[in-house]
Formats: sequence, structure tokens, C-alpha cells
Amino acid sequence: MTLDTSNPFDPGLPPARARALPWLTVMAGSLFAIVPVVAIVPLQPPMGLLMLLAWRLVARFALRLWAAAPLGLFDDLVSGQPLGSAMLLWSLTSLAIDLFEHRLVFRDFWQDWLIASGAIAFCLIAGRFLAVPVGAQVDAPLIVQIGITILLFPMATRLVAWIDRKRGRNEVGA
Amino acid sequence: MAPARDRRTGFSRRRQYGAFLAYVLAVAGAVVGAVLLVASTFNPPVFGSLRMTLGSVTAPISGAFVAVGDAVSGVPDAIGHYFFVHSENDRLRAELDRSRKLLQTARTISYDNVRLRRLLAVRDRTADTVITARLVSSTGSSGRRFALLNAGRWQNVTPGMAVRGPEGLIGRVVEAGPAAARVLLLTDPESIVPVRRTRDGLPAIAVGRGDGTLDVRSVNTNVRLAKGDLFVTSGTGGLYAPNIPVARIQSDGGDVAIAQPFIQPDTLDFAIVQRAFMPMPSPAPAPRP
Repeated sequence: MTLDTSNPFDPGLPPARARALPWLTVMAGSLFAIVPVVAIVPLQPPMGLLMLLAWRLVARFALRLWAAAPLGLFDDLVSGQPLGSAMLLWSLTSLAIDLFEHRLVFRDFWQDWLIASGAIAFCLIAGRFLAVPVGAQVDAPLIVQIGITILLFPMATRLVAWIDRKRGRNEVGA
Repeated sequence: MAPARDRRTGFSRRRQYGAFLAYVLAVAGAVVGAVLLVASTFNPPVFGSLRMTLGSVTAPISGAFVAVGDAVSGVPDAIGHYFFVHSENDRLRAELDRSRKLLQTARTISYDNVRLRRLLAVRDRTADTVITARLVSSTGSSGRRFALLNAGRWQNVTPGMAVRGPEGLIGRVVEAGPAAARVLLLTDPESIVPVRRTRDGLPAIAVGRGDGTLDVRSVNTNVRLAKGDLFVTSGTGGLYAPNIPVARIQSDGGDVAIAQPFIQPDTLDFAIVQRAFMPMPSPAPAPRP
């Protein structure tokens, strides 16, 4: 927890907008797929998943437990994976993180990062087997992609924490 | 991080039911996802219209980014051209001298070719171009290799059309929306193109490997694919017009060898969409009982 030096009387965003903001940031992450590059190998990190994990682990009440499914559906529509894969995998990840939260009540950032790394590796590896035939030569890029995504997690949490602070102190969600 | 005290529901029935309902919805979301996944595995184009409607919104945005990127990256190129214009001029002059002789030969051969074809009364079909459009983005985080084309049904692009660039074959259209279409690139693991060797017409198929190269598999056994062999589309199957360059073999191999496609997707700008070379015949009318 960082020391909060902002104006204590700042009401933050109105509740509806504060509630929509996490959804919008995850969808913006998914829309990272529309950057105008025609890639040869799949190295682009899945930004939508990264933002979802950051929200889930940093500000746990920002997104409802079931939000992973509709957000995953949106990601499937732009990512090129077969429709339903992110919906399934993100929901399973969200439920698994919930289990961790019950067991591991006091967590620090390193544990968050470890949980996120496991979730990223699971989603990407499972997504590879759901989308691409087993014989395809995509495993080396996949490992690099997992590495890049895991290394980007701290930055995603910084971004999410910053947005969450701007969002206001009123407890929304729960 | 401190434990979440808000997770306790206390005696409030409303919060208890709310927490329970959240779990039910989360599991239901996973189940719906699994069902959609099965549906899209057995019938991939079933959600294509949904995807491409969204694609029609994102493709123009990507297109605008492309235009901005081109303008910015054009500045260093312009400066470079200014400094290297003399050396480039010399190089081009030398190349022109070299190719002039080749051009004369090619003209003669081309004339002969036309004459002989007329003699044989070969019926030529020409692949007619539907539209030239930009490839604006691709699926950079997925193992599948799809690109988004900035033209769709409004521009008469329909699934099954062949897409080629100036240097060679790019792929084919698999889904089309109002203003965007999805192109299955050659290097996708599920793309198969019938090809033949330019030297002797050896038939083969080019299968994408997923890492930017192709597997060229000879249809005949006991052949050797040598480094530098060129492969062009054979026209078999009727989707791609014949003689579009596809790939060059990278290293010696037997029946199977790895090949580098002529098209480098990261340098793509414009793609030419062509009608399927031999369109599928319409299904025969059902016999009357």
C-alpha cells in the first residue's frame, strides 16, 4: 500500500464511469491486436489478458468474478483465436485466482506476479493447443511470447494502480 | 495485500445471494465459452459475420494508423534517397543494361508462346481482379496467421477469393464482413496450396508451418528438392490462378523441404484480391422423387 497523497476530498469519478473503466481498459488491451503490423510469428503479448490479470490481482473488486467471460468473448472477436477459447480460459483463470485468494490471504507483489505468470502461461499454452494443430512450429515463439507477457506484468499493474487511484476512493463493486 | 474483508457476506441475504450468483455466472461463462469453442471448432466460419462486423469498425482505424506510420517512416527514407541518389543511379543503369538482353529474349518467347497457344486452341481463363486494398493488421498474439483486409462485401470481396501481392501469393479470403475481410495467410498452419516446380512441373503442396516458412511436400515419392527450387501455384483445385510465385526452397531435402515464401508479410502494403480461378460449380438440382 502506498501513501496516498492526493486530495482526500476528491470524490473521484461518478460510480457508473468508475465501474465501466476497468472493462474499458481490458477491452482497449484486447484492441491492441489492431495495430497495423502484419506479423510473421506470434510474438505480440495478449494485452487484454494482461490487463484483466492486473485488475484481478491489484484491485480485486474492480471487476466482477463473471466479467472474464464477456471480456474474453470480445477478445476472441479480435484476436483470431477460435471463438470461445479466451472466454473459457479467462473464466477458468478468474476462478482459479479466486481459489488462491481464499487460501493465500496475505499476498505481496511477488506472489501476485507468480500467480499472473502461471495464469499467462496456462492461457497461452492452452490457447495454442485449442487454435493450432499440434504439429505446427509455433512453440519457440510461444515461449518467447510467454516471457514477454510475464515481464510486462509489473508495468500493467502500475498502469492499473494509477487508473484505480484516479478512479476515486469510493468503494465500487464488491 | 491485506485480506479482503469485503468478501465476507455476513448475515445479509442480499450479499449472500449476490456472491453465490457471481460464482454461478462465472462458471456459466466458462461453460458457454466451452460450447462456443466446440461450435467454432466444428464449423469455423459460423461466427465469421460477428467477427468481421467488428473488423469493419477496426480496419479503417488500423488503415489510418498505417497512413500515419507511412508518412513518418517516409521521412528518413526521403533523406536517405537524397544522399544515395548517385550510387543508386549507377546501379540502376548497370541493371538496365543487363536486363535489356533478357527482355529481348523474353519478348520473342512471349510472342512464340501466344502464337503456339492460338495454334493449340488452348482456352485461357484469366483471373480477374476484384479490388486492390491494404492489409491493415494481423493476429499478432494468436498462433493462427490471419490478416485483416481493408475491403469487404461492399467492395464485392467474398470468402474463397485468392489474395496476391506484386511478388507472389499471399493467401485467401476466409471471412468477409461489410468493410473488412479476413485473409488466411500462406504461412498459417492450416493453409495448403497446390504448387508445382518451375523447372520441371513437379507437383507438390505447400503447407504453412506457423513460423513464417512453408513445408513443400512433393506429391511424387523419391524426388529431391534442391535449395533454390522455385515453386508457383499449379492451378489445381481451381482456387488460385496458375503461375503465381509461392516459395523458394531454403535447404536441400527429400520429398519434404522447408521453403521461404516470396511474400514477407511484415512488408506488405497492397494486396490484390482475385476471383476464384475456377469457381465451384453450383450444386446439381435435387432429383424429383
